Amino acid sequence: MEIKVDHSTCTGCSLCRNVCMYDAIEIIEGKAIINENCVFCGACIDACKFKSIEITGIAQTHEDFSAYNGVMVFIEQHDGIIADVGYELLSEGRKLADILKTALYGILLGHNLNENIGGIFDYGIDRLYIADNEIFKNNLDDVYSKLLVQAINKYKPDIFLGGATSFGRTLLPKVAAIIKTGLTADCTSLSIDEDKNILLQTRPTFGGNILATIITRNARPQMATVRPHVMEKCPVAKTEINEQIKNNHEIKKEKDFYKKYEDRIEFMDFDEGSFKTKYKLLSQEKETGQSINLTDYDVIVSGGRGIGGPDNFSLIKELADALGGVVGASRAAVDSNWISYPHQVGQTGKTVNPKIYIACGISGAIQHLAGMQTSDIIIAINKDPDAPIFKIANYGIVGDLFEIVPRLIKRIKSGKNI
Amino acid sequence: MSEIFRIIVCIKQVPGTTEIKINPETNTLVREGVETIINPFDSYAIEEGVRIKERFVSTGSSADDIEVVALTMGPPQAESMLREAISLGADRAVLLSDRVFAGADTWATALTLKHAIKKFEKYNIIIFGKQTLDGDTGQVGPELAHMLHIPFIGYASSIEEIDNRKMTVKRLAEDRYETFEIRLPAAISVGKDINVPRVPSLRGKLRAKNEKIPVWSASELDMDENHAGLSGSYTQVIKIFTPKHLYEVKMMEGGPDEQVEELFGKLKEINVL
Amino acid sequence: MHYFLTEEQQMIVDICRQIVKERIIPARAELDEKGIFPKEIIDEIAKSDLFRLFVPEEYGGMGTGIFEVCLATEELSRGCLSVATTYAASGLGFIPIIVMGNEEQKQKYLPALAEGSKLAAFGLTEPEAGSDAAAIRTKAVKDGDFYILNGTKQWITNGGEADVYTIFAVTNPDKGARGVSALIVEKGTPGFEFGKKENKLGIRASATRELIFTDCRVPAENRLGSEGMGFITAMRTFDQSRPAVGAQGVGVAQAALEVALDYSKVRKQFGAAISSFQAIQHMLADMATQVEAARALVYHAAKVMDSGEKNVAKLSAMSKLFASDVAMKVTIDAIQILGGYGYMKEYPVEKMMRDAKITQIYEGTNQIQRNVIALELIKRGVF
Repeated sequence: MEIKVDHSTCTGCSLCRNVCMYDAIEIIEGKAIINENCVFCGACIDACKFKSIEITGIAQTHEDFSAYNGVMVFIEQHDGIIADVGYELLSEGRKLADILKTALYGILLGHNLNENIGGIFDYGIDRLYIADNEIFKNNLDDVYSKLLVQAINKYKPDIFLGGATSFGRTLLPKVAAIIKTGLTADCTSLSIDEDKNILLQTRPTFGGNILATIITRNARPQMATVRPHVMEKCPVAKTEINEQIKNNHEIKKEKDFYKKYEDRIEFMDFDEGSFKTKYKLLSQEKETGQSINLTDYDVIVSGGRGIGGPDNFSLIKELADALGGVVGASRAAVDSNWISYPHQVGQTGKTVNPKIYIACGISGAIQHLAGMQTSDIIIAINKDPDAPIFKIANYGIVGDLFEIVPRLIKRIKSGKNI
Repeated sequence: MSEIFRIIVCIKQVPGTTEIKINPETNTLVREGVETIINPFDSYAIEEGVRIKERFVSTGSSADDIEVVALTMGPPQAESMLREAISLGADRAVLLSDRVFAGADTWATALTLKHAIKKFEKYNIIIFGKQTLDGDTGQVGPELAHMLHIPFIGYASSIEEIDNRKMTVKRLAEDRYETFEIRLPAAISVGKDINVPRVPSLRGKLRAKNEKIPVWSASELDMDENHAGLSGSYTQVIKIFTPKHLYEVKMMEGGPDEQVEELFGKLKEINVL
Repeated sequence: MHYFLTEEQQMIVDICRQIVKERIIPARAELDEKGIFPKEIIDEIAKSDLFRLFVPEEYGGMGTGIFEVCLATEELSRGCLSVATTYAASGLGFIPIIVMGNEEQKQKYLPALAEGSKLAAFGLTEPEAGSDAAAIRTKAVKDGDFYILNGTKQWITNGGEADVYTIFAVTNPDKGARGVSALIVEKGTPGFEFGKKENKLGIRASATRELIFTDCRVPAENRLGSEGMGFITAMRTFDQSRPAVGAQGVGVAQAALEVALDYSKVRKQFGAAISSFQAIQHMLADMATQVEAARALVYHAAKVMDSGEKNVAKLSAMSKLFASDVAMKVTIDAIQILGGYGYMKEYPVEKMMRDAKITQIYEGTNQIQRNVIALELIKRGVF
């Protein structure tokens, strides 16, 4: 494997050097030279206007993947409650399956599942594989991965998706490692290359500075974890079941509740005794006290360095309360101990997409933007007219937040003109 | 304990994102002399490794029996980061560097690390930062743990108890804390909530300056070149681009009163109130 | 600016800058406001080996010199003078053990002090004995293998926080200054108690307390040097420590200059950055020149002392005198450049000014420094 610059066409324009994140390109005597820092990310190939750079010598395999069909979604649940990302993935999976003209499968593991899972069937699922057993009571990656691997080997999905949650980001790598296939982490957009019928997995890197599109090149299924709260939930009224899977189902266990969906459910066979875990779960506790879950709110009012100190966060809280929202913060504010870590939005904090995101005194470091730029509406209040936050905001106010926010609170509370 | 207890901390050198800016005119990346740094989460991993050692020492173990090794795969320049790891308390460091390692995805990275770790006669704990600043995947840890057939706990927020056979780890998973007991050897990944990394010590810095750092290549790891780097990767980056922002910002003009009134109008318009 | 530091000296500076940036600056305003002792920061300083700079290698130190101590003190003072004072005062407390202690005393106390797991304090000043150190009244009366200690020490930095105290007490009332002896007293010794923490203008986070001795029995083996050597011990300790007080002045002045310079570039009045006004430019120029001159004098004094030169009282006093006066002047000017903002607690310069004042007072007031310098001049001539 080699990366080469065709020096007959290279003009030494340095476009490639400017995009290289690894300091791997030097322009020497008017030609680009690639040094040993190169990680073969391909950024320079895209940047080169003269098509002078290419990567050669990648072992190409031409395996036949025709046995792999359908989109399978791992549906994560906690105590029988489906995590939102499950619905988001089913929505996205349905779209991909439609393009590929194939089936959408869900796979759900848990214990004492009940009607709480009914929502799954609102998303156009062709078949839901279920394992309801005490061994799946807790989300443990070894027992879960074992059954997922069995399912993937048996049903051979072409695409396998899971949520990029704490559990998903531990479980799916393990599954991928066992199956020996690629896994793309934390995708924010998925699409299909319709010429080749392959999955294009797009994800932010460098804290959202750049996006990379990744393919799985010589193994199946094509696996990806998908960042929660990025894909839209879109329930569909689907009545037709995909032709291919119509005739081979039977329900192995009965629960009254399942009857309603019996044409779409299959209980998986597995040898219960062979499932052993290396993890001894000693305790679980809901995070309380300092716990707040930013993603539960439609309105987030965030403060950054411009807040100036811990006491001034009361002002942000007041505005958040007036709007029925929650307080967020930039890393600068959290690192200064003005507010606790669970409030942090951004690359190293929470990724959020509320209906309204109000950024007060946040300049908009790229790491912060990475965590909130998919919010529906972004309102920025900042003293500095050149602050990067205004580049992604829908509405901007250049001004002192200590003049703006109290007026806004008053305005909202009184409902009258100022 | 009489035999060696080895803590391997897997770290990565990454470009410091503070140096990365986007040219608003062309919407392309502007790279101003990329400064490479130790991946921020990996500093917490090193610190936790050193703290585990200190815990054993404070309960009577000899410091010589517990070894913290910093391990990285990267270009030769990554050596400076390994020296930093030593100044922060690692006992020694190993660099995995070979042209054939370049372009590795998480799978190929994990496999390369596995070959390296197998070269140590013994290991007890492997620690990772929860994700890197550049790749941002957090996948190498669980993939490597599987390859070594050891348990893995991601996003650990504290090691509650530890002895030379097992440890109790608490981690934050979305909205809940979970506490697990696992037998060693085991792997964990850590976030910022687990500790506050120390400032390097003067003696550590002096030691780091003089420490010899071995470099292991693919042949020393007995690795088939086709399984390393881009050749050994199941995924491949086919396109890199900068995000485009779709909308124009609407600025509220005038003094504070006018600005607030206009914003209030918008909030009403979008039905927040 | 290039100060021709060795690689090791540059490491010391880098470590201190990281501590200042990551630990001190985010915390200093609150520590000052509430008068909280910076325990965690001191622990970090200890872990970074900075207390080892004071101590010879054979007792767990780094075998470095006064210059290295000054570099560390200057950088820490750039962050917060309370922290730097706590650091330097521990050094002041155990330098007597280094200069006068016997082998057993060094082996017993220095390793933990070098490690920073214990702090030291220097107990000389009394209510009636400030600059006139010979006027101390605390008495140590020999009783078999013990001294019975009675009296009160006042304004002792690290009082209550330190574990090891060097206490100066009269062992022979007839001999005046030559009747003073230095004793090591450990915290927890029966009869040794602390007064309340003083409420101060500046260096508010540092601990300043009274030490109260009531029939406190101190083993005679804890005496440093022979009886009557106390005053000489104190003077030799001060000779060693004064450049570090100068370094405190340089550090706090440097910090104030940096704030003033940054502010002048962003503050706009009459449509222009105030740094474009000559009135401000000249102030900044004078401030920078004074800081640089003070630094040069402190570094020079430290290096001369590290060279083994014995006749250092004058240079040592000059470095403390000049740098602390610069600290006061530059911090006041920094406030002036920031104007009303400088007077407010939102900006750090008012704290720097309050802190700077103490450098003109402690470890010998600047008036005493002038006495020392004049005496040396008259005794030994200009060179």
